[in-house]
Amino acid sequence: MSQIIDRRRTTLAAVLGALLASTASGYAADDTIKVGVLHSLSGTMAISETTLKDTVLYLIDEQNKKGGVLGKKLEAVVVDPASNWPLFAEKARELISQDKVSVVFGCWTSVSRKSVLPVFKELNSILFYPVQYEGEESERNVFYTGAAPNQQAIPAVDYLMKEEGVQRWVLAGTDYVYPRTTNKILEAYLKAKGVAADDIMINYTPFGHSDWQSIVADIKKFGSAGKKTAVVSTINGDANVPFYKELGNQGIKAEDIPVVAFSVGEEELAGIDTKPLVGHLAAWNYFQSIDNDANATFIDGWHKFIKNDKRTTNDPMEATYVGFNAWVKAVEAAGTTDVDPVIDTLVGTTVPNLSGGYATIMPNHHITKPVLIGEIQDDGQFDIVSETAPVVGDEWSDYLEGSKDLISDWRKPLSCGNFNVATGKCGGNS
Amino acid sequence: MSFLRLLAIWAILILGLQPALADRIADADLAPRVAALGSGGFDAAEQAIADLAGTGDDRVPTILDRLGEGELMVRKTDGAVFFAEKAGKDFRLTDPVTGADAGLAPKATLEKVKVNNRIRRAIASAVGALTLMSSDPVVRRSAAEAVMKSADAAAIPALDKAIAAETVADVRAAMMAARATALLASDAPEADKVASIAAIADFGSRDALGFLSGYTTADGAVGEAARKAAAAIESRLMLWDIGQNLWYGLSLGSVLLLAAIGLAITFGVMGVINMAHGEMVMLGAYATFTVQEAIRTFWPDLFDYSLLIALPAAFLTAALAGILIERSIIRWLYGRPLETLLATWGVSLILQQAVRSLYGANNREVGNPSWMSGSFALGDIQVTWTRLWIILFALAVFLTLIAVLKRTRLGLEMRAVTQNRQMAAAVGIRTPLVDALTFGLGSGIAGLAGVALSQIDNVSPNLGRGYIIDSFMVVVFGGVGNLWGTLVGALTLGVANKLLEPYAGAVLGKIILLVAIILFIQKRPRGLFALKGRAVEA
Repeated sequence: MSQIIDRRRTTLAAVLGALLASTASGYAADDTIKVGVLHSLSGTMAISETTLKDTVLYLIDEQNKKGGVLGKKLEAVVVDPASNWPLFAEKARELISQDKVSVVFGCWTSVSRKSVLPVFKELNSILFYPVQYEGEESERNVFYTGAAPNQQAIPAVDYLMKEEGVQRWVLAGTDYVYPRTTNKILEAYLKAKGVAADDIMINYTPFGHSDWQSIVADIKKFGSAGKKTAVVSTINGDANVPFYKELGNQGIKAEDIPVVAFSVGEEELAGIDTKPLVGHLAAWNYFQSIDNDANATFIDGWHKFIKNDKRTTNDPMEATYVGFNAWVKAVEAAGTTDVDPVIDTLVGTTVPNLSGGYATIMPNHHITKPVLIGEIQDDGQFDIVSETAPVVGDEWSDYLEGSKDLISDWRKPLSCGNFNVATGKCGGNS
Repeated sequence: MSFLRLLAIWAILILGLQPALADRIADADLAPRVAALGSGGFDAAEQAIADLAGTGDDRVPTILDRLGEGELMVRKTDGAVFFAEKAGKDFRLTDPVTGADAGLAPKATLEKVKVNNRIRRAIASAVGALTLMSSDPVVRRSAAEAVMKSADAAAIPALDKAIAAETVADVRAAMMAARATALLASDAPEADKVASIAAIADFGSRDALGFLSGYTTADGAVGEAARKAAAAIESRLMLWDIGQNLWYGLSLGSVLLLAAIGLAITFGVMGVINMAHGEMVMLGAYATFTVQEAIRTFWPDLFDYSLLIALPAAFLTAALAGILIERSIIRWLYGRPLETLLATWGVSLILQQAVRSLYGANNREVGNPSWMSGSFALGDIQVTWTRLWIILFALAVFLTLIAVLKRTRLGLEMRAVTQNRQMAAAVGIRTPLVDALTFGLGSGIAGLAGVALSQIDNVSPNLGRGYIIDSFMVVVFGGVGNLWGTLVGALTLGVANKLLEPYAGAVLGKIILLVAIILFIQKRPRGLFALKGRAVEA
């Protein structure tokens, strides 16, 4: 038995050796493939990013159990950029030029992604970015496996209009680029749907805002104008707990004024008593409560890996899962870990996602995702009340003045991230 | 004799049962209507709820309530709907119509009847109409409010019956308002509608205003009456709004006071620029979490007292950490503010990462005891219990601290050492010990603040970060070294912030406040209440 396996391994290795020799890869001498993990393990973002580091380690572990990639084991190189944006760029440089990683999984905030972009372009490497973001970007070296605004925000608003008959909108967010851009897109979308300017209230709060009394009272006041009102929340991570606590304390129930959030998932809810929040909504492309075999296997394996069966799974974890498997598949199809062939092979690669369908990497380096709307349950999980067909990520929003003429297509011969269809030139609006 | 008694019992039974029997329809009629709940789709479910409510059967409120709780499940094999209760890995099924036990079923064979907010609203209004005659006045009142929200003309007869039987005045008023909204939504004659607008206006709440503003654009007498009534309610609510903002300001001020009061000792009295002050608050919050977890595991009955038990634990944890920091680091750096600042900043990072490694980076859940949850209405101001308790707690901590400083020997020694170290040492005070205890006291009070903040904020390693700047601001603004200054400073900043917020927004409001403080410090560098005399020069 062991002999057979051994023989298989030898033939596999021989084939691979030939393959690698033929591509004259600089990594041919190494006996592992290095995978970079660029997530903050300390500082303010550690709360969200540590989980993603563990997810990549878990996926690598699973892949190695299956024999690795191209007959080689995967080896994780973990660095800690400490929630410090310039440090992200430094650490990315270290991963690519010193550790010679073949691919990097990392970043959470948009500003950290913007900070590493020049490094990835200069050194030509691949970054998988697993978090929902504001769009308005498409780079050759980055694959965006989180949601673009049209894969999260707009379907959520559609759901509220149709199912809840909402006519008045509060767009509440933390004051930084993701909420500002998303709310700009939503405002344009709502106005296009015939919502009057008086029926939209936009409110921004500083990072880590903890005193929500007046804002919740304002929302209550805005909501008592005789029209059905809903809150669309792009409030960032940590400020959510006091916000929801205040909603609960002031007795605003989901039946009266539902809140739909784009940044609240299972992890955030783990810190609060969710009984007063039952019925408030979240829009994501994945929920832990999705009922299918692939998800059950993923959660089971995750619990075993992390040795804690109370740990939740969440949307960015699924995005990491999709990105990781797409990279593995592309590397196997290309037969090399070299950056250029892998980037070309990645476009069009289709892998199963955890919501029972498939995710395809599109020419704009975004992926297809179904949009799920979930209602918060009293056990901190989400009950899925709506699910769309897979939606293609739209990097340049059609609802923004500056980007509606732009498209992105990284396939040859166009190979452009900001092609202007009005002027027929690559290079944005200039 | 015994025959007569039997007769009497029989008569009572008949009379007693009579209304119950009258409120029921045949099981065979009810069953298909219940089954319709699970036939799929929110539209169908909403229709089925209206249909069930229409039967007036007394089993319907229970069925709908449990539907709202998510306890109704469909058996996949035959589409029958059951009450499902978790029993181990399986679910115990009960027939909702007959109440008969239908055995155990594994989860895979069942599907939950989906409920969203629309369905919950339909349930609330249906159950509201059905429970208007409940024997409990609280249930009747919430039933009336539910009916008011749905403004359904079909509920008028039920409301008329309920109003006639109602004896409690404020429940009756709620019912009248509900009737008025229903009437306004119906096609009743104009005069009736105008009368109902008056009835709604009498009720005067924000809900009533919301309802009326739907009619202010209507034509004729109805529109005019609605406009007038809405304007009257609005002007009344405007005064309450100011009161509400003042209350919010007071509450924010009390949080600032709690966070800053420990710093008023370590920075204000001792002059140590302690950047790890926020982490002492964080330690207090984690101590609360640990105590609460222990109580949840071992003595769940004591949960309501968990915060009281956590108070000494949080005080001691933070105080010990403070004394340790003072003895090991700060005492070598007295008189060198820049080094102290850097060293304590380092300590704060170490503490954050230590807690992160120990407890994990995620938020921890600290529960609200029952006496701290929810809110009550004071006129039109919603007063949440948490905030009220925190204000009282902040004042209690403040007064205790004043008493300790002014009335105890330790307080006397502390003041002596900080005013003139050499002289204090010369009269036999052990100044190093007093230094350690003073720092411990300041840190311990920060720990107490952590107990309170765990109720309104995230319990995460970053908890302290959010309060350190505000705390320094309060202490400097109020006047370094003066506790009363800290009190006035905290409350002033809180109220100013909350009065600015509605007009300038949260972000701009905070900026305006910071600029104002900078200007103020330019004018009065020693803050609101500057210390006078020789102590200042030392």
